[in-house]
Amino acid sequence: MPTKIHPALIGFTALVFIFLVGPLVIVLGSALSDTTYLTFPPQGLSLRWFENIFAIDAFRRTILTSLQVAVISTFVALLIGIPASYAMSRYRIQLPGWLSTLFVLPVLVPELVLGFSLLKNLAFQFNAPIFLSLIIGHTILILPYVIRVISASLASFDFSIEEAAISLGSPPLKTFFTVLLPNVRSGVIAAFILAFITSVNDVSISIFLTGPGISTLPIQLLAHMEQFFDPTVASVSVLLMVLTVAVMAIVERTLGLTFLAK
Amino acid sequence: MKRFAGWTLASPATLLVLLGLVAPVAATIYTTFGTPGGPFAPYMAFFGSGFRRTVLLRTINVSLAVTAIALFVGFITAYVVSRAPGWLKSILIIAAVFPLLTGVVVRSFAWLIILGKNGILNSTLINLGIISEPFQMLYTQGSVIVAMVYLFVPLMVLTLVGVLEAIPDDLIQASASLGANSWATFTQVILPLAVPGLIVGAVLVFTGSFTSYATPQLLGGEQVMMMGTLMYQQAMVTFDWVSASTIATIMVVITIAIVMAMNAAARRLNPMTV
Repeated sequence: MPTKIHPALIGFTALVFIFLVGPLVIVLGSALSDTTYLTFPPQGLSLRWFENIFAIDAFRRTILTSLQVAVISTFVALLIGIPASYAMSRYRIQLPGWLSTLFVLPVLVPELVLGFSLLKNLAFQFNAPIFLSLIIGHTILILPYVIRVISASLASFDFSIEEAAISLGSPPLKTFFTVLLPNVRSGVIAAFILAFITSVNDVSISIFLTGPGISTLPIQLLAHMEQFFDPTVASVSVLLMVLTVAVMAIVERTLGLTFLAK
Repeated sequence: MKRFAGWTLASPATLLVLLGLVAPVAATIYTTFGTPGGPFAPYMAFFGSGFRRTVLLRTINVSLAVTAIALFVGFITAYVVSRAPGWLKSILIIAAVFPLLTGVVVRSFAWLIILGKNGILNSTLINLGIISEPFQMLYTQGSVIVAMVYLFVPLMVLTLVGVLEAIPDDLIQASASLGANSWATFTQVILPLAVPGLIVGAVLVFTGSFTSYATPQLLGGEQVMMMGTLMYQQAMVTFDWVSASTIATIMVVITIAIVMAMNAAARRLNPMTV
């Protein structure tokens, strides 16, 4: 028999979910409005503000930059994060305890501080290109997610399977791709998705690492909002929500939605 | 060869964090101590300025308010979600995850539409005849708090659902059958078992609010400046990098101090470890 819950609590929870979903419905509605100003409920339905996104050069460019940064930094984070997670599970005794603390640091240090420090002590001090600094910042930001998710799936991996493959003559690299990687496949997908979406949405690091000609989509959105109050921002927001839905659908297909609750 | 296998595999990630995070952040902190006016001059300047003290206090107040509201709202919501039947639970969790995966700019922007001078709330109140003039809601501390609560409630709910799900139904029924009313069950059984989760949630929300940038920038502007927006202004508008580094150092120290204090508290308060 399930526990009875007081109706007042159920009513309260219903209100909370209206509070959570309502504002996003409002953004969707305003994006479809045919007016030149932001309004809700929409007056006349139109998709012209979606066309306007691609008519504005700055949006086209920053969407491209955001995707590039997200793809590259996610790829690099997986490339260095998977071996690191593997090393920490497989060779735990060889490695010092502070290593796992080191990999949590990007979560502890405020993103704004990381962004500013990269600008000041990398981009300025060593004349590093802004794009490179942006990639470094985003890779560091998402590395803890990658390591945490991959380590969690390695925790249930039986390393004796790997030893069996090696003792039967399989070379180490081949063993990695044919034995280990298929076993942590769902972890890799989850890490990829979390990392990608975190990078695309990032403001606090990117805000310092945008220069002449280089900006990411969220930073461009902020800049646009300070000058204009038209539905373009709402339609870009809807595009980002569509991306979120796509991501959730991929997670659902590959891992099941229960994964999201963890 | 085998002896160094672990280090070989872990070294790229280790080097990236050391060179890309530890070194630059340490350099930022270091520059605040080597200034001409003496080792603590930038901190004396920070705490000597009434405006900056106000910003620090406001940031602490806003973060505390957001944490308290998110704890209250998140706890009740997570409790109901954790006891919901399977299909409904999945829907509710999706409804909480979706805003979480939607970026902070989009979510703050939504409140710009709602709270603006000609926004939905003002026009609804005028249409209902409750007010006659639009009410200034944007660029107030209240608007920043509302938007941040919106930002962090999903995080709190998802953190707590797992913890509350782990409390078996039997335990709650046992408490009821032994004569505890639902208030006593709540305060003496559920709440103590949820403490570790509440602490984790509170740390996430407090540090997130304390170091936020986009939300105070959009909904608070110049009028409701917080540590994040002040730091950005010092770094990128007035180009006073020593001052920006000082604010950065204060943010790092407060964040790490809170995480460590909460870790210690979690260990002491967790009923499972006694």
